[in-house]
Amino acid sequence: MNIYVLLKRTFDTEEKIVVSNGVIEEDGAEFIINPYDEYAVEEAIKQRDEHGGEVTVVTIGDEESEKQLRTALAMGADKAVLINTEEDLEEGDQFTTAKILEAFFEDKEVDLILAGNVAIDEASGQVGPRVAELLGIPYVTTITKLSIDGKTVNIEKDVEGDVEVIESSLPLLVTCQQGLNEPRYPSLPGIMKAKKKPLEELELDDLDIDEDDVEAKTKTIDIFLPAEKEAGKVLEGELEDQVKELVSLLKNEAKVL
Amino acid sequence: MSEKILVIAETKEGEIRNVSFEAIAAAKKIKPDGEVIGLVCADDDLENLAQELIYYGADRAITVKNDNLKSYTSEAFGQAVLAVVKQESPDAIIMGHTSIGKDLSPKLASKLESGLISDAIDIETDGDQPVFIRPIYSGKAFEKKVITSGIPFITIRPNNIAALDRDDSRSGNINNVDVDIKDLRTIVKEVVRKTSEGVDLSEAKVIVAGGRGVKSADGFKPLYELAEVLGAVVGASRGACDADYCDYSLQIGQTGKVVTPDLYIAVGISGAIQHLAGMSNSKVIVAINKDPEANIFNIADYGIVGDLFEVIPMLIEEFKKVAVS
Repeated sequence: MNIYVLLKRTFDTEEKIVVSNGVIEEDGAEFIINPYDEYAVEEAIKQRDEHGGEVTVVTIGDEESEKQLRTALAMGADKAVLINTEEDLEEGDQFTTAKILEAFFEDKEVDLILAGNVAIDEASGQVGPRVAELLGIPYVTTITKLSIDGKTVNIEKDVEGDVEVIESSLPLLVTCQQGLNEPRYPSLPGIMKAKKKPLEELELDDLDIDEDDVEAKTKTIDIFLPAEKEAGKVLEGELEDQVKELVSLLKNEAKVL
Repeated sequence: MSEKILVIAETKEGEIRNVSFEAIAAAKKIKPDGEVIGLVCADDDLENLAQELIYYGADRAITVKNDNLKSYTSEAFGQAVLAVVKQESPDAIIMGHTSIGKDLSPKLASKLESGLISDAIDIETDGDQPVFIRPIYSGKAFEKKVITSGIPFITIRPNNIAALDRDDSRSGNINNVDVDIKDLRTIVKEVVRKTSEGVDLSEAKVIVAGGRGVKSADGFKPLYELAEVLGAVVGASRGACDADYCDYSLQIGQTGKVVTPDLYIAVGISGAIQHLAGMSNSKVIVAINKDPEANIFNIADYGIVGDLFEVIPMLIEEFKKVAVS
């Protein structure tokens, strides 16, 4: 099976966020594999181990993204591809990303593509379905279970807490939800091996893409932090009085009752 | 001719979801003079649903009735909506940022070669240009975004843009469009319900959520009682779900549901970043926790430091008094 994983390097949103001049300060921040993409890497490895084939991890980014690709290789992926847009693209959006990936997949034989259902930084959740649509293959988002039998794929999908049991067929794109699996940590031998695994670097020219063809359709004009919340009122006194005060505040001050 | 805005409505348990009415209100914010067209796709009983869209502000409505639209799949609904888009050539498209909205909108946007701004919580205008505000970085920051090319295609987060008042004196045309839905490669064989009937967490006005401090599945019982008194929906932190006190379908957080109720009562929840990402934009937050140092107090409007098993029964009594007064 030819299995591909779409991976994004993201800002670790557990970090403190600093905004200056309408952009998020990245100096000194931690970067990680988008947590939902980790489920995708893990599932790809499991499916390969069961059905044979090869796992290729693909990302769009700059040289910094090599670190996250190496981590995926250390987890057990076979090959990695970095589509480096640093010199060609100032800005892009999900349209841009999907178009680039379409070009990348043009000459590939694909059985299964896995991606995270959303990236924790920009949180658009668009790239997976967009790519599937451009490639003309079906997709199922937010999956929590995947089993493949020949060309038939049985899936459980999280739908706002309920579970849909879905049948589809290869080739297919899925986006992964928490609960699908427990991503493994790279082992030391895995890390050693990963250094020797192939990591191909491509630029837009290699994919015959003209920047104008992938020009973003949306633009971020400002980024700001939420208004600093005033410290809340921690009530005092006898518990019973606190409860009375709380209900009165909710009714008369907050006016939510 | 005025500009057309297509609102793709969504049904749940045979009724239009509130977020679809909110999408109609959003449509009017984007193009105040535009014509709002409500679209509802299902396998049955569409007339009444379409009528509701008109009561909530749509100028007219389109229905697509087809047996293949019984359960949502991106393929069947994609074909239905695209046929309508082709017929109407709308100048903007809006739908809810729900499970279906998240699944369907990128497909449509890709097909239409358009941009898509997902999960908008507010709309401003800058001259003629609509500006959309959406949370990023797990809700720790916000961005203002505009469409630079193509038609605006937006999904809106439930509970953030108020729906218009229902007005059953409104009237408008309702048309059915026949669509030939075919070549389906994905089918829904079964839906296993894990959530309770009724209001979805993401659309709830009041939420009572429990965390590890609730200590057991039994410990959630008083929370359900409190929720009943308040007409609230019960949610949980990841910690409570991981510990098996409740089902993952209740989980609120970065993984799980993102909620914006008017009132959020956090019970025995410490306030990990993962949880805050799902609820910190709630309008009023109440925290009840034994630990005065718990992080949740930093974002709560009102806090009570105390044992939840003492506090909740008292609260239930007190809320009952308010309810009758």
